[in-house]
Amino acid sequence: MSHSVELDGIGMTFGTTRAVSDVSFTVQAGEFFSILGPSGCGKTTILRMIAGFLEPTEGRVLIGGRDMRGLGPNQRPTAMIFQSLALFPLMPVWENIAFGLEARGMGRTDRRRRADDLLRLIALEGYGDRMPGELSGGQRQRVAIARALAVEPGVLLLDEPLSALDLKLRQHMRAELRDLQKRTGVTFIYITHDQSEALAMSDRVAVMSNGLLQQTATPRALYDNPATPFVARFVGETNAIGGRISAIGDGMARVDTAMGPLHGRADRHLAIGQGATLYVRPEALVPGAGRNVLSAQVERVDFEGAFAMVHGRFANGAALAAAVPSTRLAEAPAPGSRASFSFAPEHAVVLADA
Amino acid sequence: MRDLYHRFGPGLATVFLSLVLVWLAAMVLAPNLMMIDYALRPNLPPAQQGGPLDVRSLDNVLYLANEGVHRAIFFKTVWASALVAGLTLIVCYPIAFWMAQRATPGQLSIALMLVIIPFFINEVLRTLAWFILLAYRGPLNAVLLNLGVIDAPIRWQGDGGVLAGMVYAYILFMLLPIYNAIESLDKSQIEAARDLGASTVRTHRRIVIPHAKAGIATGCVFTFMLAAGSYVAPALLGSPGSRWFTEIIYNWFFEGGDWNRGAAYALTLLVLCLAVVLVTLRLFRVNLTDVAK
Repeated sequence: MSHSVELDGIGMTFGTTRAVSDVSFTVQAGEFFSILGPSGCGKTTILRMIAGFLEPTEGRVLIGGRDMRGLGPNQRPTAMIFQSLALFPLMPVWENIAFGLEARGMGRTDRRRRADDLLRLIALEGYGDRMPGELSGGQRQRVAIARALAVEPGVLLLDEPLSALDLKLRQHMRAELRDLQKRTGVTFIYITHDQSEALAMSDRVAVMSNGLLQQTATPRALYDNPATPFVARFVGETNAIGGRISAIGDGMARVDTAMGPLHGRADRHLAIGQGATLYVRPEALVPGAGRNVLSAQVERVDFEGAFAMVHGRFANGAALAAAVPSTRLAEAPAPGSRASFSFAPEHAVVLADA
Repeated sequence: MRDLYHRFGPGLATVFLSLVLVWLAAMVLAPNLMMIDYALRPNLPPAQQGGPLDVRSLDNVLYLANEGVHRAIFFKTVWASALVAGLTLIVCYPIAFWMAQRATPGQLSIALMLVIIPFFINEVLRTLAWFILLAYRGPLNAVLLNLGVIDAPIRWQGDGGVLAGMVYAYILFMLLPIYNAIESLDKSQIEAARDLGASTVRTHRRIVIPHAKAGIATGCVFTFMLAAGSYVAPALLGSPGSRWFTEIIYNWFFEGGDWNRGAAYALTLLVLCLAVVLVTLRLFRVNLTDVAK
């Protein structure tokens, strides 16, 4: 039984520090939902408010439509996977997994059977009598997930659980988590500062900065249509070129910049004469001249396998990054040369400066 | 050992080692061996010492076994010391848990000061403070009388007074090992247990106490040994009906003039304390080396 989670204008103040302000979003039952943001943005505070470790100073948390005010973490239909995993080191693996069932008064034989079922689910059959310290990082990770799933939570809360793993294992665990979520149908709320993790796994992502919700959208929409300058800069790499709006029409806007007029898709809230910034992704830049042209001094070219990243500087000193696919490496400009890049207006976004 | 030689060179390291050995032999081993010797010999006037009557036997220990009052006081001392350890544990565990897991750094330093500062004062004076507090016409009775809790002053001195004085005197020896043990417990372990639906009692029984086991055993062993060997608290806060075994030993040495019997009594207490400590450690499945840490 999975539950929806609704945050209704929640805020959290610690002493004089405002950690979270007026955040509202709804997570559908059975959804894989990520909260993405740099460290200190308030995402862990939100997770702890959903879990019941913190009571919001404003607003309400509703899980499955029920107001959770006054209910402790042991009374909520949520289970949390901690950043440190917090496995109990003095208990064998099966007792770890069955701890929540023990707390619910289930008998020993039933607990053991249930733990063995879950060990099968996480492909660790026969590991029940080992101690957590004898397992590898990835195995411990899976035990933590099984322990949380054992209590059949309506919502699973994950606090950067993959951050301690190395890259290869992390990528493997991403797929495994995603797969587990599909099979169990439990609502996942996943906290991360790693944008590629959030984009790869989630149905939807909420981006946070300084305790404020910036945007809630599907990974694709987040990448293509960032709603705020913060999202444009934080999610993926981007080139930001500042200027002033000189024309709006047909969903497009013209920005007069130090490099001449540039065109991009327009935000709804733009007005002529307003200060605005045009954001264009490195992979949207194509070497050579065209309608929207950026020219820069090339400083270095980093070959990264699938593509080569060209780093340069515009005349006004701002940084340029352009990705040239490996298949067209011959077109990449040489370091030290002056190079021009063009882009299609529909690949650029114009946002009003905050 | 090799480390010592490596760090200080052969000359200095040998000096250090021999100092430690001399200390152990002269201050620890020799007195105890002498005590064993005393305990096995009869109490004879100087003229007969070394004579035909001066043979080693277990008579002094057997005297204790056959002397009903002393035997009763001996066993009472042992279980009362265990009770002191138990009570001190009950008092200290919540404080240690609060200090280790809940207190802010500011609260923690205040709490540590409050616990440690009384220990700047000599044990005799600390116990004397309780003597004054618990006196028949003392402040405790005065407060209770004024509050109307009691109608007539209570004579606190006796078993209750001794327990209170000892629990207070040994708080630090229980609190610090447990505090150290709980302090190393990752907070998220407690949160995880709560998140999985465990009650406070279960969280402590299954997570905190197993983690703090070595600290708890250390504290209990310290407190038990200190209580069993305590003299000041029973002497000041006790009554004739609450005599401690150490008082009997004292009496044999300094009132009865029978050092041999006193030594036998002291030896018996030492052996029993050792046995209790070893059994406790076995029960807790803790090593002596863990305690030494």
